[in-house]
This record gives sequence, C-alpha cells and structure tokens, in this order.
Amino acid sequence: MTHVDRPDYPAAEMPSHLGSVIVRAQGIHKYFGDLHVLRGVDLDVWQAEAVMLIGRSGSGKTTLLRCINFLEEPTLGTIEVDGVRVEADPLGRRSKGHREAIRKIRLRAGMLFQEFNLFPHMSVLQNCIEAPTRIKGVSRDEAVATAEKYLDKVGLLEKRDEYPARLSGGQKQRVAIARAMCMGPKVLMFDEPTSALDPELIGEVLKVMEELAHEGTTMIVVTHEMHFAREAADRVVFMEGGVIVEQGPPEQVLNEPRDDRTKQFLRRFLATETGA
Amino acid sequence: MTLDHHGQLLAPVDSQLVPPSAPIIEQIRRAKSKATLRFRIVFLATWLAIIGTLALALAGSFDGGFVSEWLGYILGGVGITVLVSVVSIAFAVVFAMLGALGRLSNHASIYAAASLYVSLVRGTPLLVQIFFVYYALPEVLPPVAKVPGIYLGILALSFNYGAYMTEIFRAGIQAVPRGQSEAAQALGMPERTVLRRIVLPQAIRIVIPAIGNEFIAMIKDSSLVSVVAVQELLWRARRAGAQDFNTFEALTIAALVYWALTIAFSLVQDRLEKRMARGDR
Repeated sequence: MTHVDRPDYPAAEMPSHLGSVIVRAQGIHKYFGDLHVLRGVDLDVWQAEAVMLIGRSGSGKTTLLRCINFLEEPTLGTIEVDGVRVEADPLGRRSKGHREAIRKIRLRAGMLFQEFNLFPHMSVLQNCIEAPTRIKGVSRDEAVATAEKYLDKVGLLEKRDEYPARLSGGQKQRVAIARAMCMGPKVLMFDEPTSALDPELIGEVLKVMEELAHEGTTMIVVTHEMHFAREAADRVVFMEGGVIVEQGPPEQVLNEPRDDRTKQFLRRFLATETGA
Repeated sequence: MTLDHHGQLLAPVDSQLVPPSAPIIEQIRRAKSKATLRFRIVFLATWLAIIGTLALALAGSFDGGFVSEWLGYILGGVGITVLVSVVSIAFAVVFAMLGALGRLSNHASIYAAASLYVSLVRGTPLLVQIFFVYYALPEVLPPVAKVPGIYLGILALSFNYGAYMTEIFRAGIQAVPRGQSEAAQALGMPERTVLRRIVLPQAIRIVIPAIGNEFIAMIKDSSLVSVVAVQELLWRARRAGAQDFNTFEALTIAALVYWALTIAFSLVQDRLEKRMARGDR
C-alpha cells in the first residue's frame, strides 16, 4: 500500500479552539469493482473543527464521507470516531461485532444527504424523535423537548406537525439537520447538502450550517460552495484522484494554493462559477 | 394569425400580443362539454341496448317463479363469499410479506425457500391446490379431515394469492428509495428497525392499489371453494339450480351478483386511492 505524500497540516496553523481528534480515517482505500476510488486517505478531524472537502466530481470526497460511517465499506483502512475504532472488513463478512461497532460509529456521526431523505410517512416531529426513542431509549417527552429545541434552532418549530411533502427543499434539509442533531452526534457529516436545492433556497441551509460551525459543532462537509467554505471552514481539504492533494486554512488553500492540481481546479471552478 | 370573435381574420399586426378573445374560449369550452355529454349518452345507450336485447331474448326462457323462490337463498351466500375473500386476502398479505422478505434475503436457504414457494404455487392451478388441500392432504395428515372446508379453502386461496402477491410486495419494497434506508442506517438504526419502521410502511403504501386489484380477483376466485362444500354464492346457486333444472337462472343470478360485488369494490377502491393521494405523502 502506497500512501501518496501530502503536505501535513501544520500544527501552527491549527485554530486554537480545537480540542481532541474526533474522527480519524487511516489508510482508507476503496474499490468499486476494479475502480480504485480512494487510494490511501488519512484524515483527522478535531473537535469543533469544520472541515470542507472540495474537489471535482469523481475525486472521492463523497465516497470518503460514506466510508466514515460505513454506508460504504472501505476496502482497506481504519475508521475511528470518538474512540470507536473499526477496521475495514474487505471481504464484507459482516460479523455481529463488526455490525455493532459500525452502529456505534453511526450513533456518533450524523449524516446529511443531498436528497435530504426525510421519512415521508412521518411528520417533522416524528422524523426527529423516531431514532432517539427507538434506539437510544430516550423517553418520548425528553425526545420531543430535544426535537423542539433543534427545530427552533433551524427556524422550523412551527412546522413540527407538517409532513415532509409540504416543505420546501430548504426546509427539508433544515429538518434533516435538526433530526441529525437530536441524536447528539459528535460530528455532523454533510454530503453536498445544497446541491439538490433551487438557488434561492441554498442560503437558508448554509446559514444554519454556518451557525453550527461557529458554535463549535464538529463538521465534515462535501461542498461546491466556495464562498461558504471560505466563511465557515477551519480547514479546506482538496481531493483529486482518490487522494488528499492539499489541505489547510481556507485563506491559504483557496487563495494561495500550493499544488498545481488545486490551482487548476480552483481556476476552472471559479471560471465556471462566475461565467454561469 | 388571430380571429376575432366572429371568426374573421384580424390584421396580422402584433398578432402574438393580442390575447384570444373571451368569446372564443367560451365557445371552445361549450363545444367540449357538449362532446363529453354526447359521449356519455351514447355509452349508456349502448349498454342499455345490448343488455336490453339480451334480457328480452332470454326473458322467455327465464323462470320468474324460480327467482322469487330461490333469490333469497342464493343471496345468503354473499356473506360467505365476502368473508372468505376478506380473510383470504388478509392471510395472503402475510404470506406475501414473508415471501417478499425471503426473496430479498441474502441467506441462500431463505431465498431458496421463498423462490420455491412462488414457483411451485404459481406453476400449479389454483383448483388443483384447493382439491389437494381438501382431498389429498387428509390422506397423509388424517386430522385435516376434521377441519371444515371453509378453513381449508381459505388456506388454499391465501397461500395461492400470497405467492402472486410476493412479487408485488418485493417490487414495492424495492421501490422505496435507497436513500430512505441509508438515512435510517446513518441515524444508527439496526437493520430490523430500518425495515419495520422505515421501509415496510412506505412499501405498503406503494402496494395498496395492487392489493385492491388482487382483492377484486379474489372475490371471483373465491367461487372455486364451492368445490369443497363451502356454502358461498356459487355453491348455493348451483344447489338451487339443481332442484328443478333451473341452472340457467341460478348461474345468471350468481354472475350478476359477482359483477355487482366487483363493481362496488372498484368504487370503494377508487375512493380509497383518491383519499390516499390527497393525504400527506
């Protein structure tokens, strides 16, 4: 296994409010059939850090995110989330112990999807309390109180009894954020959370995410929103060809990229962004 | 080009900016509703003509006395027919659910068992299955002989329909978007909970219209259990008809009643579906 060299994240540039490591991905490889999508990725995410993964589509950033909570089983490597360490099981022999460990990781890592994936047969409130009451053993009253707190936080408390079909895309994603928060995760992972939204609805979701970031929520975000990355990220990670090419504070990576591939990506990306 | 409301050509000046005049729109609307009305009238008239001709042609050989004497007795079977259909479809849903889960299982033996069930049951006639349960099973399992025909008939019907509906349920489960189970898994739900709380409730909504169709088919196929002495509609009609060789009257009544039942349930089904479409989804 060859790890592609990458510039280390210099300790001096680490924002001072960061605590211990919450997510540690080590030597992650992922094959889809013969396709080598992740080629040895190491990523540490510190408590209260907001990490934005950028890169062109097919660079492996979404796959990396999905490997962290084992929605994709890594082919090789180790994932550790808040002290729960799981080795990749390349033959897919999902033993009971392996499954339980994965579930522990998922309880610690909330995930937001491009398509929101609210449960359409449940009201907003039910969406938020289903998992806490069923699998964390939280009492209904307590779960409702927590749900109302987070729904209020995303500005949708008055929609608590609506069904998802009656919400706009932006509202759905905000409910999904509240639903994830209700599980008390140690890290929130966002997979292109605004890509499926009409342009006028993107802002309301990014605003909520930015608030969370500033409050010290640990976040990993796959995004194409460069302005948002600049505003809310503690660290920007640029991926290409299944490896991390460059990472660092947003000002550095986005304004003075060191690697040619990063420069090229940003040049093209900003060109299409302003050209659109 | 624009026409004024007398149908005359207007000057082609700014033709795209001139809205069609209100009278034209009104005329179109009136013409359309007239056409709809005419279609309905012709439809109804055709039905009446065909049914009326048949009725007149056959009236001569139709024994009115038989009807007044036996109609009540034959209609007494409607309750059993509906009961058998409802109970059988309910059990069929259970068989279908188990079958579908089996057909989606990663365990080779479970998958194999479910596949065998579907293949065997769909590959043999329902009538043979009913006979088998009623006449053949007691030979190898003597206690079955004591079980009333209605239970065995329901068993055969639901087992048979369960196999057909297995494929419906499997398709319904697969029609639930993958993101739904991924979101549930990402929340930390174990597979069982994902299935029970997230996937199956949505799959059932998807298959409800299909279950309605199966139920209508079941009302008709329930007549087959008359061969194992269940005193439902057809059984009673045949018995009444056999008294004085009035098979024609008896079976006509039975056919009309089945027809009425299926029409009635189709209406109920339409309403249910409309209400579900209105509901939150």
